Amino acid sequence: MVILAWLIPALPMLAWAVILLAGKRTPGKGAPIGILAIGTGWVLSIAILARVVGGGESFHASTTWAPLSADLVIPIGILVDGLAAVLLFVVTTISLLVQVYSVSYMRGDERYTFFFAKLSLFTSGMLIVVLADNLLMLLVGWEIMGVCSYFLIGHYWEDHANSRAAVKAFLTTRVGDLGFMAGIFVLFWATHSFEIPGIVAAAHSGRLSSGTITLGAVLLFCGAIGKSGQFPLHTWLPDAMAGPTPVSALIHAATMVAAGVFLVARMYPVFEASPAALNEVALIGSLTMLIAALLALVQDDIKRVLAYSTVSQLAYMMAGLGVGGYGAGIFHLFTHAFFKALLFLAAGAIIHSIHTNNMSEMGGLRRVMPWTFATFTIGALSLAGIIPLAGFWSKDEILTQAWRVGFGGGAEGVATSTGVAQVVFVVGVLTAFLTALYVTRMLWLAFGGAYRGQGHPHEADGIMLAPLAVLATGSVVAGVVGSPLVGTDNIGKWISTALLPSEGAVTVNWGLVGSTTLVALLGILAGSALYRRGLPEREYLARIPPLYTLLEHKYYLDDLYEGVFVRAVTGQLAPATYWFDQRVIDGIVNGSALATRRLSRGLRYVQSGQAQWYAAALFVGVVGIAVVVTQVIGR
Amino acid sequence: MRLLYPLVFAAFLFSAGIYGVLARRNAVMVLMSIELMLNAVNVNLIAFNAYLQDKLLSGQVFALFVIAVAAAEVGIGLAIVLLIFRNRETVNIDEVDLLRW
Repeated sequence: MVILAWLIPALPMLAWAVILLAGKRTPGKGAPIGILAIGTGWVLSIAILARVVGGGESFHASTTWAPLSADLVIPIGILVDGLAAVLLFVVTTISLLVQVYSVSYMRGDERYTFFFAKLSLFTSGMLIVVLADNLLMLLVGWEIMGVCSYFLIGHYWEDHANSRAAVKAFLTTRVGDLGFMAGIFVLFWATHSFEIPGIVAAAHSGRLSSGTITLGAVLLFCGAIGKSGQFPLHTWLPDAMAGPTPVSALIHAATMVAAGVFLVARMYPVFEASPAALNEVALIGSLTMLIAALLALVQDDIKRVLAYSTVSQLAYMMAGLGVGGYGAGIFHLFTHAFFKALLFLAAGAIIHSIHTNNMSEMGGLRRVMPWTFATFTIGALSLAGIIPLAGFWSKDEILTQAWRVGFGGGAEGVATSTGVAQVVFVVGVLTAFLTALYVTRMLWLAFGGAYRGQGHPHEADGIMLAPLAVLATGSVVAGVVGSPLVGTDNIGKWISTALLPSEGAVTVNWGLVGSTTLVALLGILAGSALYRRGLPEREYLARIPPLYTLLEHKYYLDDLYEGVFVRAVTGQLAPATYWFDQRVIDGIVNGSALATRRLSRGLRYVQSGQAQWYAAALFVGVVGIAVVVTQVIGR
Repeated sequence: MRLLYPLVFAAFLFSAGIYGVLARRNAVMVLMSIELMLNAVNVNLIAFNAYLQDKLLSGQVFALFVIAVAAAEVGIGLAIVLLIFRNRETVNIDEVDLLRW
């Protein structure tokens, strides 16, 4: 069965081609083709996950793709281990549900067929990343996602703002990709291999110098920063909300942004071998989770709240990985996929119904959209980390890990410094509070009180509600899988490898669990107290002017990028290169044409029409050749 | 047999032909000069044939060929000159320069 794993990315790729070429002429306008492809992949990935759960060996098959020279061989292959199996399951599940949901959500859209083609290719890109056994193949999938995200975010390109958002997402992630590529080359230079098992083994063995490993890890992390929307490259993610809501769900839950976290997990032994890199991951994670959670608190656009929440939660995963919680980080990725996809799709149901993203025009929807309300609430509480929902277990595992490394006298084999782990823990708890706060705010503003908008809200249809129901179930159940209630460290055991052994039984620190739950409940209570009566005249944070101004301007990061980099490019660099192209490059081309013309203009007078001149030239030429042949060559 | 005499004779003949082709304005004279050059070649062919005592007489055969081709060539040449004269009332070769820049 595992030998068929390559079909999982291949089928959506095929579906993409088929939909693009013939989708419009097939029944269902191409949507069933994409759903069928990803559905088959889903069945396969369940079989693979079952194998991993059953304790099966990891599967690695690779062959040479392009032997460029003796020591530069580009391989192609698949690596199906526990980590890949878990991700395969998450990606195919979410993608399947999103595609089913899109059948209803996108109905009547102008580019309906094209939309499904893009979804298929996008999923395929993520699946290539997950299955890749070497960094170059991973990069290929990574870039496929990059270009698909560009197309999907710019789906409604008629609105100029949307196409700008698409360009922004594409270019911002590209900044990180630059580092990623440099990281690949650094590691190749050090290990002479692109293959992930070889690189991680080399990093683990201690044969490489610590400087090389740190450089490689930090550069790889640059790619993850770009793709996973970490500070300071997170600015593209909220703007990416310009795309249709199912796309947001797909980007934010299973694909694209998860790729960055996956990359760090995939190359984890490299990070583990470098305390500096781990510390960086943990600190970037802590910083990002806090600033994103604060931003989520002041947004009016419901999708933007969720977008910042995603940034914040991804930072949680990063921070978890940064403090040595390999299992904890992936566990959070696993549960987050369910409840974040649920939140986005439920928000999509609202947007589909009342045609606005603004929470100031919502309110009172719990009566007209009871199912959406119920599922959204489950997702929101899961995000807030309320026991026993999925988010609680994974978030708590990260905090427990940070506590153990930071305050519990350190954990064996974790290179992160205690100070950093303490920062992660404190910021993590603070973020948990803020998360509960903005989640409650979102719930009250969208569903509580009376309806403030102009449209006529109605409940979504069955095709949209079915995925919501499935995801709501997932948001409840997914956490229990990895919780101490069933077995010990399940997820950790599945994804463990020889280099990354499972930590075994993690003793549950009930005091810690209790206090984080208390923090989350406090957040919910505070949120209810503040937003029960709907949006206040002035946002509460607006009463702290400096902070609010800072949040209003999104920490001035966009202004910085716009004012410095974009202006430098469009203001100086672009005209300079334009000048160079017009004058120098075109100058060379036009100049050679002009020179030829001038020369031939002079030369044409040779053709005088005087036959006797020609004869004379002929004669002189023959004599010249005769002289050369006899006197020079013949000698 | 002394090869020198026919060769010198042929060289003179050829040079006279070259001079005629390059310097004369009258197209008929130019054609006649070409005949001179061809005949200089014929003299060379015959002389070498005799000198080398070729059993196959290839020099003489080639000379016959050249005479035949020269006859054809001068026929066409004179026809052209005739047509030019009819059209332009001149046989001066330097006035026939339509094919130029």
